Amino acid sequence: MNALIIGCGRVGSAIALQLQREGWEVTVVDENEDALSRLGDHWAGSFLVGHGMDVDLLREAGIEEADAVVAATDGDNTNVVIGQVAQKRFDIGCVVVRVLDPARADFYTARGMRVVCPTKTAIDTLTEAVRSCEIPAAKVRT
Amino acid sequence: MYVVVAGGGKVGANVARSLLRLGHEVTLVEQRRDRFDRLEEEFEHQVQRGDATELHVLERAGLARPPDLVLALTGDDEDNLVIAQIAKEKYGVEKVIARVNDPRNQAHFDLLGISPTVCATSSIMALVEHEVPEHDLIHLLELRQENLEIVEVQIDRDSPSAGKRIEALDLPDGARLISVMRAGHAEIAVGSTQLEAGDQVLAILEPGKEDELRRVLLRR
Repeated sequence: MNALIIGCGRVGSAIALQLQREGWEVTVVDENEDALSRLGDHWAGSFLVGHGMDVDLLREAGIEEADAVVAATDGDNTNVVIGQVAQKRFDIGCVVVRVLDPARADFYTARGMRVVCPTKTAIDTLTEAVRSCEIPAAKVRT
Repeated sequence: MYVVVAGGGKVGANVARSLLRLGHEVTLVEQRRDRFDRLEEEFEHQVQRGDATELHVLERAGLARPPDLVLALTGDDEDNLVIAQIAKEKYGVEKVIARVNDPRNQAHFDLLGISPTVCATSSIMALVEHEVPEHDLIHLLELRQENLEIVEVQIDRDSPSAGKRIEALDLPDGARLISVMRAGHAEIAVGSTQLEAGDQVLAILEPGKEDELRRVLLRR
């Protein structure tokens, strides 16, 4: 199976390495050449330098044969545009998009995109962590 | 009319100023602190600071009213696309005009149904084509929804079509001649119209048929 990852920051590079360990053919795209170092010294997949909104570059990166596309650049808007291009122009069934802003995440989720919002996850997890603290009963104000 | 202008760079600020002069109600939204400070001196309460792709910023700018018109004029195409999508689909704004900075991104705006768009580079290139004689086929108008375009072709002495009637030309499917301009006078092109050197011919065609049309009319 082929995966195309746009954005090779902490998140994108870790997804790329994980999928590759699981047997995927992985291609990574990042604007910055130096981002390749995040994939370690033994990266066996492809790596292309360029912008994920550049359709020629996406083609060169094999988007037409991709089974999954992950948009994980540091820009929410870049990610939702790349995600929609992958879905609507290249007809990719599995498109996953990272959106940090919860409001925009809700908007694009409602439009049928598979959006992952790490901010929301952090909010939920942290809130749950507070709830699970054992506060001595004497201190609970009612 | 109430207009929200997203992006307070040169384009956004000049458009906002022009709209205010015409007597419209305007809210300009700019994210950068340095720009905002300068804009605030001129536009006072009519400029707000914030990222116009964030819903709470848009709501503060009155997107829920909704405005009669939203202009997405930032220097980033992805931002303009998202602003246009949110304005149309979340707030039901009926008229949205978006700026395209990089003409290669035009296809994304078309794909996502964001129209009309304005691209300075494309407009300049269209003028260059019109002004530079070596471009023998000039794009005059793109009818994006219809997927058709209107072009102008200059017939000269060496053109294989010079001296021929239009009905005798082997025009490609998806291309038709509209009119022939000769000595300052234009006539609708019909089958019996005979082309002559010096004619300026308007044609309507599907994008991608330019080379075939060029071959039939000009053989270049």
